[in-house]
This record gives sequence, structure tokens and C-alpha cells, in this order.
Amino acid sequence: MLGYALRRVLSAIPIALIAVTVCFFILRLAPGGPFDGERALPPTVLANLRAHYNLDQPLINQYFIYIWRLLHGDLGPSMVIDGFNVSQLIRIGFPFTLTVALTAFVIATSIGVLAGMIAAVNQNKWPDYVLVLAVMLGVVVPNFLMAALLQLWFGVYLRWLPAGGWVNGSIWHLVLPVTVLAWPHAARISRLMRGSMIEVLGTNYVRTAKSKGLGQRLVLARHAIKPALLPVVSYLGPGLSYLLTGSLAVEQIFGLPGIGKYFVTAALNRDYGIVLGTTILYMFIILALNLLVDLVYAWLDPKVRYR
Amino acid sequence: MAGITGKDEVLTAYARKLETLDAPKGRSLTQDAIRRLRRNKAAVVAIFLVVFIVAAAFIGPYFLTWGYAEVDWTAIRKPPDFEKGHYFGTDQNGRDMLARVLQGTQMSLIVAAVATVVSVSIGVVYGAVAGYFGGRVDAVMMRIVDIMYALPYILFVIILMVMFGRNPIMLFVGIGAIEWLTMARIVRGQTLSIKEKEFVEAARAGGAKPWTIIMRHIVPNLTGPVVIYATLTIPEVIIAESFLSYLGLGVQEPQTSLGTLISFGAPVAEVLPWMLLGPAGVLVTLLLCFTYIGDGLRDALDPKDR
Repeated sequence: MLGYALRRVLSAIPIALIAVTVCFFILRLAPGGPFDGERALPPTVLANLRAHYNLDQPLINQYFIYIWRLLHGDLGPSMVIDGFNVSQLIRIGFPFTLTVALTAFVIATSIGVLAGMIAAVNQNKWPDYVLVLAVMLGVVVPNFLMAALLQLWFGVYLRWLPAGGWVNGSIWHLVLPVTVLAWPHAARISRLMRGSMIEVLGTNYVRTAKSKGLGQRLVLARHAIKPALLPVVSYLGPGLSYLLTGSLAVEQIFGLPGIGKYFVTAALNRDYGIVLGTTILYMFIILALNLLVDLVYAWLDPKVRYR
Repeated sequence: MAGITGKDEVLTAYARKLETLDAPKGRSLTQDAIRRLRRNKAAVVAIFLVVFIVAAAFIGPYFLTWGYAEVDWTAIRKPPDFEKGHYFGTDQNGRDMLARVLQGTQMSLIVAAVATVVSVSIGVVYGAVAGYFGGRVDAVMMRIVDIMYALPYILFVIILMVMFGRNPIMLFVGIGAIEWLTMARIVRGQTLSIKEKEFVEAARAGGAKPWTIIMRHIVPNLTGPVVIYATLTIPEVIIAESFLSYLGLGVQEPQTSLGTLISFGAPVAEVLPWMLLGPAGVLVTLLLCFTYIGDGLRDALDPKDR
């Protein structure tokens, strides 16, 4: 198991390096730069600025400078937001994004698993149909539209919840964003859970368990849940990365102070440092998540061999 | 001896009756699939709705009194008014919302069609090549797909759109280029099993080149899964496009798309709800329909999955 984990970690390193390289060159090869503002800067100022951020050097040198800094854990300076470097901005914005995404993740996963199980046990009865409807809405309605509709209904008409913005420490401001984020995730999880649970309930060992006189609950708890969770577990990694990237959009819509706000503004301003830093951060998280999921999977499913 | 039991008579009558009947027709796999699809009520309704929306989006504007960029100075920010011909109301600039919704739907549909074609073409060729050659080629090509899966793709599209200007071509290419990964995986899996079939072996024995085998013998046999996943890609593309437009990175004024319309409608929905509800209704209907059609096609073309 340890060897397997180690091999997986090692094989992720070249992937990460290639991805960083691709990001770097896509950004740099595009026309435009961080200092093409509306007011043209005096040439000497521009030259000094470019020299300060190493933009005057050949692209390949810039690349090696960037990689060298990255290996030392330095994501470089922000080129538009004065006096901040990227690591600082990430430290300010990312904990918030992570809180929102993880809250949505935990809530959505628990609801999804539970709802999927209830629907599977009551297949083709009313709880099943209610679930199918909720799932359809979650999968089909895009998050920005869901956000707009929920804001309108709960924020404006009913006035139960704040429609947007952020007051420090207020949980109520997070209810709508987390709902918007969690709904599609819960929908996908419950669909997976329902499908695999139905399959598991039809297997011979579940029939054996039933026929030896175990009650419904014991059959579910002892025999059915663990194998039925397998497809759900393999979705958790991609699911969390969807939540983290989706959180960028939701923050933008609800005006929350997470990393998403910085990212979109930075992309519009061609602030290479922040765009690249955020992308790299996300990439590492996603790679780590996939790794974690593979390990959990190997532990859950005795059929997986560590090659 | 004839006629004692009456058996011969019955048999002769039966033989004559058979002669008058047409030869029995076998049902092809396609006919079978169509029959199964027709029995799926949700899919049939969805197909009719999509046809209706497509027709309305492309033909409808010719029958409207107002153009999508035309300003009616007497009706600014007005709710639906049937006498003046503003069936969906007007926006803050006095433009007819129905005309704008139809134009936006047209744009979203065009983007969806082109981006889906782009992603399907890339995915099919990539997956078929990886699956057919197998071995090290396959390992490297699929590793690349894994890498791209690990990238936060929406960030990439945002970067692409910002960097290369907001022209529709980049929109097509950008969205098409990120949606091909799943298609490539599915096609590769199918190719792995198809390439072991006898007809591929026969083609190889006949001296066909790998490219000919892939394009002439393998790709045509992939139609089923490719059609299913192409249908399921369309709603994803529509969502991606409308999201980018929502952020202000997609289609630009006076052109519009469903996402752009929603992004203008959402902030004023409290006082001008028709500006949000019109485009939102069309968008959700379209997405629902394509999802139902995709599911229906999967059930119809892939009976072993049921």
C-alpha cells in the first residue's frame, strides 16, 4: 500500500510540471500585457516596470525564473494589485473559498448518499420520483441561473435571507451560495448512489443476508452500503474539484470575498502572477484529491490491486 | 388417400395463403432503435420541443414586428403587451424581449452546434487513434487526457477568452476544445473492443493502412455511443457558453445569447421579472430537452445498459 501510494505521488510530479508549463506559455503567448492600461504610461516608466517583473527578458528565461521561484514556494508578485504578492492574496482569499466549497461538499455528499439510498429502497415509489425531479433541476439549471432565481425568491420576495454580499461571521450570508453550489453535487451523488444501491440490492449476497432473516436496516448497514459507495467515492475527487472551481463563479455572483473574485479580475487585467498562481493552486489540489480518492478506493475495494 | 383426414387441404390452404403474403421483413438495428425511442414519451416530447425551439429561433424573427436591435421609444421597460406586439415585454432600451430571446437562442444553438462538432471530431479521432494503436501510443495519449482532466478547465476558457479577444470563433474553439476529453475516453474504450473483430483483421489482411482502417472500419461502428454522448455534450456546451456570456466574456452587444440575456435580466429581476423569466425559461427548456433526448437515445441504442 505504501509503495503504491509513493508511486502514485511520483507519477503526479511530471503531470504537474507539464501542466504548469502549458499554463505559463498559453498566458504569455497571448497578445496584451498587464500594463496596457487606458492611459499610456511614459516609455521609461513602462521599461522600468517591465524590467522589475522580468518581462523584458526572453520568454524562456522568464519561464525558468518562474519555475525556480515556484520550487521555492514563491508564486511571484501581483502585477496589478500594488504591494501584494500572489501567495498573500491566496492566503487572504483561499481559506474563504475552501470554507464555502467544503461546507457545500460535506452537506451535499451526506444529503446525496442518504437521498440516493432512500430512493433505491423505495424504487418507483413517490420518494424516488421526488428525487428524480430534484436531481433533474440540479443537473439542468446552471448555477448562475439557480443563484439568480434563489436570490429573487428568498432574498427579494420572501426576505428570509440576504440576497448577496458578505458580513464577517454571518452564516446567513452563506446559505444561498452554499445551496447553489451544493445542489448539483448532491444531485449527481444521489443519482450514482441510487443506481449502485439498486444494483447491490439485487446481488446474491444481499439476498442471502435477507433470507437468513436480517432486517432491512441491518442488511443495508452491514452488507449493502460499503459496495454501493464505490462509485460515489470515485466521484468525490472530481466532485470536490467541481465545487472548488464552481465556487469561483458563485463568489462572483454573490459578491463573496474569496479567491474567485481575484481570479476573474486578474484574468481581465492580464495579471499573469495571480492567474497562474491560482491555476497552479487548483491543479495541485485536484491532483492531490485524485490521489486521495484512488487510495481510499483501493482500501474500499479489495479487488483493486496495487500494481 | 388424399382428403381423408383433411390435413392436406389445410396445408394447401396455408401454403396458398403464404404465397399471397409478402416475404417477412427483418427489422434493422436502426429501426429497432427508432421503435424503442418512440416508446419513450419524454424523449419524443423533448424532440418535438427542440424542433419547435430551433424553428422559432431561426424562422420566428421574420414574423415579428420588432427587430432584436430595434428601439421602441414608446415602450421602455414595459411588461408583455400583446397589442403592440411585445409578447415578452421590453428591456431598458425599449427593445422587444421576444425578438432578443429568439436571437439569443439562435446564437446559443449555433455555438452549441459548432462546439459540439469540434469536440466530437477531436474526441473521436483522438480516441480511435489511441485505441487502435494501443501500447505505448495509447498510454501516452491517455496520460495527456488525464493531465487535461486535472486542469481546472473553466479557468482555461476564461483565460482563452480574455487573452484572445471576445470573438465567437474563439468561443467555439475554446468550448469545443475542453469538452472532447470524455468523448475520447469513451471512443477509446469502444475501439479497443472493435479492433479485435474479424472485419478489422480482414481489412488488415487486405493491406489497408491504419488510417483507412480507423476512418472506414472503426469510426462508422462507433456511431451509437458517439451520437449519445454528442447529444449529452450539447447541454454542457450551452451551459458553458451561457456561463461565459454571463461573466461578460461571451457574445457581445448588440448580438446576444441566452447567457447574456440572463446576466442582464438577473440584476433587474425584482422590478422587470420578464427580462429574466423569458430567457431563463427557454434555456432551462432546451437543457431539459437535450438531457431527455440523450437519455432516451442511450436507452434506445444501447439496450444492454437497461
